[in-house]
Amino acid sequence: MSTDFTKLFELIVAASLINNFVFTRFLGLCIFFGVSRRMETAVGMSITFTSVMMISAALSWLIFQYVMVPLDITFLKIIVFIGIVAGFVQASDTVMRKVSPGLYHKLGIYLALISTNCIILAVPLINAGEHYSFIESLAFAFGSGLGFALALIIMASIREKIELADVPAPFKGTPIAFIVTGLIALAFAGFSGLIKL
Amino acid sequence: MAQAENSYFDLIKNGIFKENTIFKLALSLCPSIAVTNNLRNGVLMGVAVLFVQVMVNMTISLMRDFIHPRIRLPIFMLVISGWVTVTDMTMAAFAPEAYKQMGLYIQLIVAFASILARAEMFASKNKITPSLFDGIGMGLGFLFALTVISFFRELLGKGSLWGYPVIHAKLLLVMVLPAGGFFAVGILMGFFNWLSMRKES
Repeated sequence: MSTDFTKLFELIVAASLINNFVFTRFLGLCIFFGVSRRMETAVGMSITFTSVMMISAALSWLIFQYVMVPLDITFLKIIVFIGIVAGFVQASDTVMRKVSPGLYHKLGIYLALISTNCIILAVPLINAGEHYSFIESLAFAFGSGLGFALALIIMASIREKIELADVPAPFKGTPIAFIVTGLIALAFAGFSGLIKL
Repeated sequence: MAQAENSYFDLIKNGIFKENTIFKLALSLCPSIAVTNNLRNGVLMGVAVLFVQVMVNMTISLMRDFIHPRIRLPIFMLVISGWVTVTDMTMAAFAPEAYKQMGLYIQLIVAFASILARAEMFASKNKITPSLFDGIGMGLGFLFALTVISFFRELLGKGSLWGYPVIHAKLLLVMVLPAGGFFAVGILMGFFNWLSMRKES
């Protein structure tokens, strides 16, 4: 049992720090550069993102193992997973609007953005590819969400300062954000080799 | 006829320069860094995207009269993921070596904002021929961006091109590291901004 727990912990650390989706796998960059301008949006996005990620990973795992594998239609996984994610996001959008309008007002816009995020699709695809168990899939999804949140918050705090800096005109906005991200990625490269999976 | 040809040419030019997916719109950035640490992968990825973009544009354009506007987004997603699956399986069969390195990113073409955006903004409103050329233009723009990025990254980081050694020194090893991808895209983006700024003034 304890070894299981160690394995899960390693998965979470690996997914959030070593194979951080933004800095070493380069996924979710559109959203990353889109919402990291202000701290407040970055935090809201992180919370919504992590919860949606875990639930959609769980749903995809169940459907993959109990529907697609028995029927031998795993080659349809791209279509099915994107259907699950888009459907789930749409459903939670509707439910949230009815059940808790306050929360919807705060996090609703991030929900709409999430369905076009590649990380949310990459997690189920990696889970299926690596044959993770249910709990491992959840741990991986949680770690990925955590890593994305970490990246967003670091980036948002830096970008709020960059706004005030004197950047050469052609580099204003996205180009300088890219170069800053490169510097952070260089720092994150230091985590590689921390755990061998 | 001459005018029609002219506008097709404009459509292609628009995709490559004015609305270049990566350098101008800053969309679909994930693969622009992930697969560009050598020229061959960059070009293969660009070709895959070109193919998907063209086929999706044509399919949507053919279906545009049958799609009810309210359910258009799910239909678009379905068409896109269908073509991506085709590309994915073709790559796995014919280029297994490259597929091992970039398989995940091929599958993630599904989530490209640029492909969905072209289907929504252009193909669903235009006839098949303009849609075809729009697809070619956008796809070529993407291919162009990936080629430039991977050209510099492989040349500077490994001193080789397409796997063949060109200069016998690794000038900037950092370019093949993940961080180098961000630097390369940032600097190139700045460069293209500078070009268009100079043109305007």
